[in-house]
Amino acid sequence: MADLRTDFAGIKSPNPFWLASGPPTNTYGQVAKAFDAGWGGAVWKTIGEPIINVFSRYGSVDLGSTRMMGFNNIELISDRPVADNLKEIAEVKRNYPKHAVIASLMVESKRAAWHEIVKQTQDTGADGIELNFGCPHGMSERGMGSAVGQVPDYTCQIVEWVKEAATIPVIVKLTPNVTDITYIARAAVKGGADALSLINTINSIVGVDLATFEPQPSVGGKSSHGGYCGPAVKPIALHLVSAVAADPKVTIPISGIGGIATWRDAAEFIALGAGSLQVCTAVMHYGFRIVEDLIDGLSNWMDERGHRTLADVRGRALPRVTKWEELDLNYHLLAHIDQDKCIKCELCWTACEDGAHQAIRRLPRDNGGPVVEIIEEACVGCNLCALVCPVQDCITMEQVPNDYPAVTWKEYAAGKGKLAPRSEHFHTATWSKSR
Amino acid sequence: MQVREQAPVLSDQQLERNFADIAPPLTPDYALLEATKCLFCHDAPCTIACPTHIDVPAFIKKIATGNLRGSARVILEVNPFGHSCARACPVEVLCEGACVLNARDEQPIKIALLQRHATDYVLAHKVQLFQPGKPTGKKVAIVGAGPAGLSCARDLRRFGHAVTVFEAKPQPGGLNTYGIAEYKLKNDVARAEVQDILDLGVELKTRVTVGRDVAFEKLLADYDAVFVGFGLGHTKSLGIPGEDLPGVMDALTFIERLKTHPYRETKVGRRVIVIGAGNTAIDAVTQAKRLGAEAATIVYRRGEADMSCYHYEYELAKRDGCGFRFHAVPQRIIASGQGGVAGLEIKTSQGGETIACEMVIIAIGQGERAEVAVPRDNPKVFVGGDCANGGAEIVNAAAEGIAAAKQIHEMLSGRKHG
Repeated sequence: MADLRTDFAGIKSPNPFWLASGPPTNTYGQVAKAFDAGWGGAVWKTIGEPIINVFSRYGSVDLGSTRMMGFNNIELISDRPVADNLKEIAEVKRNYPKHAVIASLMVESKRAAWHEIVKQTQDTGADGIELNFGCPHGMSERGMGSAVGQVPDYTCQIVEWVKEAATIPVIVKLTPNVTDITYIARAAVKGGADALSLINTINSIVGVDLATFEPQPSVGGKSSHGGYCGPAVKPIALHLVSAVAADPKVTIPISGIGGIATWRDAAEFIALGAGSLQVCTAVMHYGFRIVEDLIDGLSNWMDERGHRTLADVRGRALPRVTKWEELDLNYHLLAHIDQDKCIKCELCWTACEDGAHQAIRRLPRDNGGPVVEIIEEACVGCNLCALVCPVQDCITMEQVPNDYPAVTWKEYAAGKGKLAPRSEHFHTATWSKSR
Repeated sequence: MQVREQAPVLSDQQLERNFADIAPPLTPDYALLEATKCLFCHDAPCTIACPTHIDVPAFIKKIATGNLRGSARVILEVNPFGHSCARACPVEVLCEGACVLNARDEQPIKIALLQRHATDYVLAHKVQLFQPGKPTGKKVAIVGAGPAGLSCARDLRRFGHAVTVFEAKPQPGGLNTYGIAEYKLKNDVARAEVQDILDLGVELKTRVTVGRDVAFEKLLADYDAVFVGFGLGHTKSLGIPGEDLPGVMDALTFIERLKTHPYRETKVGRRVIVIGAGNTAIDAVTQAKRLGAEAATIVYRRGEADMSCYHYEYELAKRDGCGFRFHAVPQRIIASGQGGVAGLEIKTSQGGETIACEMVIIAIGQGERAEVAVPRDNPKVFVGGDCANGGAEIVNAAAEGIAAAKQIHEMLSGRKHG
């Protein structure tokens, strides 16, 4: 059985699955129930001067019949008194000493205010502090949240203030709503952060009611941009985690956040460098019980692949993330259709013909044989047909070997290396006309 | 068996087609589509409806995430007969009947097929999901190697107790091996499922009838506990003239013959009458038809609404082209001149009538076993399965076997478990 025990910047938890700061970590009752269900840690809903929330707070993007493929919120930080939150954190920590309990904090940008909240938090016995520099709505209008996290100097400054008072690990939560997240990550490192967590939510409007023209979620007919999250944001989060993890100037651990709903998502984040994982939307959808399959699925996968600990997996995909100019131009692919599996929907033809490279030929339906075939001399190996095909493993991308050594764009542009010959159709304007 | 006028034996290909899986496995694409449709209900009605209370949403979610091993574990943890239940459970009246999508006027999630998808994976990949517990030094005898007895055996082995199973038949598996319609459950699956349990270190003694070859008192003396799950006895008889004619047989004998021989070796009459209207009667009449009988007809003394078979079983028999005679009380099986069956005399509200046939199958339920007096009030004795519940489904037997294992373990270890 795989060993999932986690040591993240000195914060220990029985597994890498933590609840992200948000509605599921608002109270003692929720966090205790989550730990009973198997969660390894929890980042408490952000504590600060209590705020007042609006009533309509969440919006959803459904994909066909699948609910909440994307999700957003205009909810602010905790609306409960600081003292109540801290008291409950202390109580959770007392009753669940082996679980990670981390306090998410957000106060006004004053040194004394940060010193005060950090000291109060440490008195609870919390294992760590997460600085909420990412919340993109509401709080940012008041000079907090992403208003801090979007400016490297502010980020660095506040981390320094916090570190002056902190005796427990300090995690800085980063906003994705910036041009280059590594600048902010480096600023956090410069300020003395012990770890990073990313991503916070992405600025968004999830939709407009076409009967009333109210943006969603509507508050009495009006809305405001909110923080987008859920499965839809995972690819963005994976990219940003990998970008930070690969930055040689960022050597501190990274807690991965953003659309994690299954053990597969989790494994991908770990492979791209995450040391722990934070989950919120999937719990808001299906409850704390999802942790059972997160743990079971990850362990079974690790057992099957022979990975004994999380360290065996962490960052394993990172060396494979590179710049485009480092990719091999002589790696050639060709689509292959397994005609026995083909159900003759012709989606591949439509996609290739209208949306890609006109490399599939249609055959008459009335002869009972195949209805599509790859035009090998026109196929650029782009994957589109395989991606749209509704049958598993019906269209596969197969490598076409050649005798040419690998050559990258960087090398080729510098006059080194040779390109393997490509189809004459690749660059001809007449190809689609001629058909 | 001697049948006066046999139906022509069908070609092997036709027989294979007729006995092919009535519910073929899902493709991986379909399984994913179906699994994704599951709403993942809390306190799910499907789980409540299952006698073994399999956490259905949990195992389906695991299919959706690609954790097939974990999915099968969720199923088999509480139901060691998860493979056969996926094929033979009356899901229309259990989990699928309870699915909340029914309330939205949609088809329920295909829970049985998803269960098969997950459990087939561990069969195909020979995944050993469970291990025997640390030996406790305690010994338990189990009478009957059917779903109840072997479910009990599996969990007793997981608790670490030594288990010896006594089975009267040559093969273990009980009605899973000998009595489930061939188009629902094939023997290779039934065998593999049993083998998984035996592999935990269960000692199996076949062709041993407790009460005849070994005394029940001996079991009580030699073992720390005894679980009795030996099912029911022979099919009841009608008590009408002609029941002993060649060409008359009971449904279980007919199905057992079919299950244990190549299809072509089970002969049926050109016209077959099945007396009774329970689920076993349906299994008999449909299989007689699938073996090639020109006419296969249920004769039942009461009306359509009184039939004890499940509605979908009735529908299946009708789709198979079987006939039904209601309010027809069998009076006499008529012998033919050549020493076989010529017909069945029935009484209806219109008076007497004779239905011509060459074969009569009796399916009016099994009687209790008479060969052993089980001392049920002895605290060392536990019972489960058909002999305790009067005859129910595989899933009930499994649930009772599992529950008994827990009770036995509590008794043997002197403490409550779980």
